[in-house]
Amino acid sequence: MKFSLGPSLFFWPKKQVEDFYYKAVNSSADIIYLGETVCSKRRELRGKDWLNLATNMAQELTADNSVKDKEIVISTMALLESPAEIQVMKRLCDNGELLIEANDLSAVQIMHELKMPFVVGPAINCYNLSTLKVLLKQGMTRWTMPVELSGDWLKNLLQQAEQENIRDQFECEVFSWGYLPLAYSARCFTARSEDRPKDDCQYCCINYPLGRKMNSREGEKVFILNGIQTMSGYQYNLINEIPELDKLGVDIARISADSEQAFTQLTNFRQQLDTPARYTLDGVKECNGFWHQIAGMSVA
Amino acid sequence: MELLCPAGNLPALKTAIDNGADAVYIGMKDDTNARHFAGLNFNDGKLLKAADYVHQHGKKLHVAINTFAHPNGESRWQKAVDNAVAIGTDALIIADLGVLDYAANKYPDVERHVSVQASTTNLEAIKFFKNNFDVQRVVLPRVLSIQQVRQLAKNSPVDLEVFAFGSLCIMAEGRCYLSSYMTGESPNTVGACSPAKYVRWQETENGLESRLNDVLIDRYQEGENAGYPTLCKGRFEVDNNVYHALEEPTSLNTLELIPDLADMGIVSVKIEGRQRSPAYVEQVAKTWRQAIDHYKSSPDNYEVEGRWMQTLANLSEGTQTTLGAYHRKWQ
Repeated sequence: MKFSLGPSLFFWPKKQVEDFYYKAVNSSADIIYLGETVCSKRRELRGKDWLNLATNMAQELTADNSVKDKEIVISTMALLESPAEIQVMKRLCDNGELLIEANDLSAVQIMHELKMPFVVGPAINCYNLSTLKVLLKQGMTRWTMPVELSGDWLKNLLQQAEQENIRDQFECEVFSWGYLPLAYSARCFTARSEDRPKDDCQYCCINYPLGRKMNSREGEKVFILNGIQTMSGYQYNLINEIPELDKLGVDIARISADSEQAFTQLTNFRQQLDTPARYTLDGVKECNGFWHQIAGMSVA
Repeated sequence: MELLCPAGNLPALKTAIDNGADAVYIGMKDDTNARHFAGLNFNDGKLLKAADYVHQHGKKLHVAINTFAHPNGESRWQKAVDNAVAIGTDALIIADLGVLDYAANKYPDVERHVSVQASTTNLEAIKFFKNNFDVQRVVLPRVLSIQQVRQLAKNSPVDLEVFAFGSLCIMAEGRCYLSSYMTGESPNTVGACSPAKYVRWQETENGLESRLNDVLIDRYQEGENAGYPTLCKGRFEVDNNVYHALEEPTSLNTLELIPDLADMGIVSVKIEGRQRSPAYVEQVAKTWRQAIDHYKSSPDNYEVEGRWMQTLANLSEGTQTTLGAYHRKWQ
């Protein structure tokens, strides 16, 4: 099983992003996703900057003979509303070199027209075998399971794919660690939290490198506001389930790029394959409910 | 411009038709539709009666099969499509790509509409549905501004339907897992958001509290209007500030946009609320019928009447309405 570093979902200053990915390239991640997936107004790095960064990382990896089979993937936006956003995405898709993660069916359409393979990211609703087949026909080579689905759901689906002899046509990736992306809206909740309209957001997301906590009035960390995205208040953690994922035939476990903590998690998660240890999750900071088909925010 | 009304049961369906709906949309009595609530929706017998009533009156029936099929239950979604076609539905409203594929292959002549749950917000995504499943219509999510809707309408290769009135879903529909995060059940997987079985009301010394799977959604003081604890409409705390962090209890109302929507060629305006009573359907259908007819008879003199707004506000969450994302300021 491989381990990937998911795209950073937050808005960080350019220097911080570059430093982060410099470390990422030297980390134990087998696959590194990068790019803006949440909001097109976040322009510390523009489309071409992401592309440059990704290309430089890929070249660095090629030059370093000690590194084999590392992959750089460009992630694209989940909620696209304007022709301008589509234009930026088209340029990313048509980069001619790097693999693309589609997070909206518009990206699937573009990649299909380009006749290029692509990864289906967690923001595309692929819940069953018929949908997998539709996406395979479009050029999907890797499928990331929607975050709300469970281990049993996945087991069923992968068994069906085996039975239909299509399991070898795609890799399966599971979001395994980090704050979960849960919803997308027209409204910017971070701007709202500062009492600003979205059109005058002053890019305030940059002041919250881990988003803004939205708690219940009893102090329960319910959600995180991250611009137009709402995230889980707890960090999802499938570290104890890694041997199970491996047994199910999951090809890749995704560690989300919440912070540099992700690099430690990449190491810890990989260790679970050889020498599994039992971790006790902190129920007021972590969760694993989705995998166990109970409330996502709970710990099984 | 078609007035498309919701019906959760036969009386609501008849009321909708009798009060001016051009078309009615309904769902089946299982988890294949996104209003899978106890005591709601249509079994096979009722489905047939619904189709008969609608067609006898020269109107249209749309059947919503708009949740996502489970891996061990795809046949249930396919059977829903078969049943809808068997009773002569005029259109299938579908969200799942696999179900759309099934319907397009098996019943190429039955109109297919892309459900709002499929979250189709741009031209390339619309092309995806047109190219792969030859859909006739896309229902737009409630995340686009009116300018964005206009731009799409200008270029779309298929007809567009928009939400006109009803409970306001503030997230891109079909892409919101907040409900399953809190309860384990979401619109996508079980056909319900913030399901009633997880709701608990409690009178406490701090006030009346509403909870969803034990999480405090809101707390009301004496005299405050308490609404259903849909989790995105509660009051939460962000850095010591307690407010409706995502959205207030409010409903979408676009009466004032009728001239714009008609001008840009929107083919259908949809009323939300299959879970609501026949009385609600009656009031909304009647009001919207009047408004659309009023516009058609004299487009240049169209003005929203105060009594329409009052009627609709009374049927709305928190008795207030908004233009939602259509209006940039809301965003």
